[in-house]
Formats: sequence, C-alpha cells, structure tokens
Amino acid sequence: MSNVLAIAQKELRSYFSSPIGYVLVGLFALLFGWFFYNHMAVFVRNSEQMMMGGQTPNINQHLVRGVLLSSAVIILFLMPMITMRTYSEEKRSGTIELLLTSPLSDAQIILGKFLGAMGLYAAMLGVTVLDMLILFWFGNPEWKPIAAGYLGLLLMGGCFVSMGLLVSSLTKNQIVAGVATFALFLFLWVINWIGESAGPTTRDIVSYLSITEHFDDFARGVIDTKHLVYYLSFITFGLFLTAKSVDSERWRG
Amino acid sequence: MIEVQHLSKRYGRVTAVDDISFRVERGEILGFLGPNGAGKTTTMRILTGYMPATEGRAMVAGFDIFDKPIEAKRRIGYLPETPPLYPDMTVREYVDFVARIKGVPSKERRERVTTTLKRTHVADMADRQCGKLSKGYKQRVGLAQALIHNPDVLILDEPTAGLDPKQIIETRDLIRSLAGDHTVILSTHILPEVSQTCQRVVIINNGRVVAVDTPDNLTARLRGAETMFVQVDAGGADPVPPLMQIPGVIRVAVSDERGFVGALEVETERGSDIRREIARTIVNRGWGLLELRPMRMSLEEVFLQVTTEERHEDPAAGSSESAEPAAGVVHE
Repeated sequence: MSNVLAIAQKELRSYFSSPIGYVLVGLFALLFGWFFYNHMAVFVRNSEQMMMGGQTPNINQHLVRGVLLSSAVIILFLMPMITMRTYSEEKRSGTIELLLTSPLSDAQIILGKFLGAMGLYAAMLGVTVLDMLILFWFGNPEWKPIAAGYLGLLLMGGCFVSMGLLVSSLTKNQIVAGVATFALFLFLWVINWIGESAGPTTRDIVSYLSITEHFDDFARGVIDTKHLVYYLSFITFGLFLTAKSVDSERWRG
Repeated sequence: MIEVQHLSKRYGRVTAVDDISFRVERGEILGFLGPNGAGKTTTMRILTGYMPATEGRAMVAGFDIFDKPIEAKRRIGYLPETPPLYPDMTVREYVDFVARIKGVPSKERRERVTTTLKRTHVADMADRQCGKLSKGYKQRVGLAQALIHNPDVLILDEPTAGLDPKQIIETRDLIRSLAGDHTVILSTHILPEVSQTCQRVVIINNGRVVAVDTPDNLTARLRGAETMFVQVDAGGADPVPPLMQIPGVIRVAVSDERGFVGALEVETERGSDIRREIARTIVNRGWGLLELRPMRMSLEEVFLQVTTEERHEDPAAGSSESAEPAAGVVHE
C-alpha cells in the first residue's frame, strides 16, 4: 500500500510542479462557475414564474442537477489532459524502466497512477464546492443529494481516468494519447444520441453502455446500486486492461 | 550471485541475445563489452526484470528473475542507459521517491538519501530540478538512484557515458569501492574502462558470448607471439640481420624509419624474454639503443580480433542479423 501511495504522491506532485495541474483546476473552476452562473440566472427567472403559478421551486432539482449534468460534459473534455501523460511520458523519458525494475507489482503502479489522477480530479471538484456553498449561504438546499451528485462525478471521472490510463499505456506520444482518449470519450458521450434515434432494444443497450447516462440518477441525488456497480466494474475493467497492456508491452519489448 | 543460463531474446525474427551463459561471483565486478547493438542492454534489461527472456533462466541474488521478480528486484540496483529521472523533481525528492519504491524503511530514508547523495558527489545539487542538471550530474543522480537501497547486485549500463574525465575517474573509483559488498555488472564500449575497473570481462558480439576472462588473461591469451618494439640508431647500417641472429627471434620488421634511426618490431617466441640479448647485440655493435619495450596487445586489438573472428566464422548464419551489429563496429 505504501508503494501505491508513493506512486500516487509522485503523480500528484508532477501535476502541480508543472502548470498543468493549476491550469486544469483553474479552467474547470471557471467553466463550472460559468455554467453555475447561467443555471442560476435561469433558475431565478423560472422560480419567479413558478411562485406566481403557486409552485415551490426546488433548488436541488432545478438548479444543482442541471449544473452537475453540464459539468459532466466539461469533465469529459478536460479529463484527457489529466491522463494523457501518465504512461506515455514515462515511456518516452525512460522512467518506466525505473518503475518496472523496482520491486513493485504492475497493479501497484497502475493503482498509484489511478489514485494520483483521481487526486487531481478531486482537487478540481473540491474547488467547485465553493459554488455550492453559495447556495447554502443564500438558500437552503438539501446537502445529501448534492453529496450524491459529487459521488457520481467522482465515479464517472474514475471511469474516464481508467480509460485514459489504458490509452496512455498504449503509446509513447502523449499528444496521441490525449487525442485518442478525447475521441474515445466523445464517442462514449455521443453514443446516447445514436441510441435515441434507434429502436427500443438498441436504445437500452446503448444507454447502458454510455458512461454519462449512468450519471443522470446521481445528478438527481439518487444513489442506485445499479449505477454504482456499473461504475465500479467499469473502473476495474479499465485498470485490468491497462495492466494487460503494460504486461504485453513488456513481452514485446 | 548472478547466474545466467542459455539466455535468448528474440524480437520477431531478429535475435538480440543468442544463448548467453555466464556467472558472476559475489563481490566481483564484471565488465560487459561489445560493440553497439551487440545485446548488452537487452541482457541487462532481462537481468533486471524489465523484460522477460524468450528462453533460458537468470538467477539474481538467489532468486529467479522471472519466477520471483519482486524478491529479485529488491536486491538489484539498476542504472539504465539513460538515467530514468523525473525532470520536474528535485534531486533529493527524486532519490527519496526511489528509496520509497525500493522499500527503504521510512526511518532510515532521510539519512540514506543524504549519504548516497554525498557518496555519488551530487549533494551540492540536492535541491536542483533533475531536468536542469548537466549530463554528468544526471548520470550520477542515476547512480545514486541505483545505490539508494544498498542492493546486493548493481547493474550499470554505461555508467560513465557523458562524464568529463575527472568525473569518470570519480565514478570508477566509486564503482571499484563497491566491489566486495556488491556484485557489479557494468557495460561499456570504452575499453580502458574495462581493464581499469573490472575483474572479469565478458565480450559479446551479435548477441553471443565470444570471450570470458580477466582483462590480463584476455590480452595475454590472444597475444600469440610476443613483440618487442626496438628503436635503434644504427648509424647508417642495417640493424635487421644482426637481430635476426639472436636465438628466439622469429621475425624483424621495420615499422618506420626516421633518418638513421630505425624503429623495429621484433617478434619473438612466446615465453622467452630476450630483451637482454637484444640490448647486448645492439650495444656491442656500438649502436645507440633508444628504446626497447614489449608491445602488448591492447584490449582494443583483442576486442577487434575477437569480434571480427566471430563474424568470419559463420558468414552463412543469418545474414540480416549480423548486418546490424557489424555496422556498429564500423561506426566506433
């Protein structure tokens, strides 16, 4: 375990000793804030109308949910930048030789890298909690659905990270890794749209496969075991494939 | 300490390492010599568990590197061809990180890092980023990284590449001081380095072991006849016939002539030291003896002889495979 932590710390440090960590945290905070502001503006306008119509607007359902859903899309765009260098950079610079000749198992290395990337991601999410605190300042939303939403974001991000690690382990070039990861994420996102125009069976299958689709319930504040299982198995599978990819690389030399 | 048996590594149709076997005893420094592309790095990578062999076994520090990789790797320090540094870490951070993943207990770590940095002469750069170091410092930080967990076995791939002459001497001294406690394999294509630091040499070419011996034995064994270099001021006379009459002399060749001073190469029978006779012959004739010394075959010549012999031996075997390493010799 201490080996895993050593790798995770090293990864995290490397994010923040170059501008990439700050850029990602800043950019995410900016975009999240912008979406937050827009949803807020819409919510304020709508809630006035709703109150006139005798309804009580729900901050969790009508504001937080929308913000979280939009942020899922931002994450999809930013995540390749977190994962693209994880393996490819080590391969290019030869430091992979240090890791693979140290008394570490492949699983420890991969888990360390996963946790490191998740650490940066958690930092990105952490900053946005400030936006949510504003809601508590001026209104009284329920905190549990928001927590559920953040849990969902973490898990969804975990899927992206495990996928990104896999792609990064396949190439020496971090730009290639970044672009390929981005293409893959984009595909997993637009797969929804393909599903919508197809027949009912196809639609079910496609929406089950889509990473973002499973986030819907979390955004609503519902923790469904179905989605938990999906995300956790997706992450495990991604990390497993990464392990296989690293191992096969070793055999090919 | 290290035992390699019938090790082979093939990449598709290319054979990088072909049935290599050798042993290294505890506390020994073994030099790995060969032209570029001979399979030195591949062999080292197999020994360190970076890649598996296609065939054969390798035991390092009592553990099979393939069956018990973690146990074996705990006892190996490895400096790859390019030092595996993280450019954005400081030297101290980096060495500390390596200490952690190599399993140095956290209580000892701080002290171990400090002493290792001192030992490899990089303490003055401890707070610099690795990426901003000069080549020589990078190489020595790489060495620090290999030494940090005090491993039984050290595998160094060209440890003095990129160092200046002073640093080379320091590094060689350091490596020599490691012998005894540590078993060292170092690869190089710099020949004097081998004779200065190593107790035994393995010469490999085209992925095969072509010679294993001590540097002195290698030069002696391959020398065949002994040759003396003699410089004579014969005052216009021809010095060759009198020298030919000395018993034990096989051949006298004129290596170059500068005015009246003749430089000769006198080839003598092996094992017969006839320097006195040569000197007496020359002095008795009233000539000036300017220089008389045995010409030893340098390791360079041994190396060239051994590696070219190998190629002449089997010109039929795999023309495409031998083409690449052969080119390596030419470049050097």
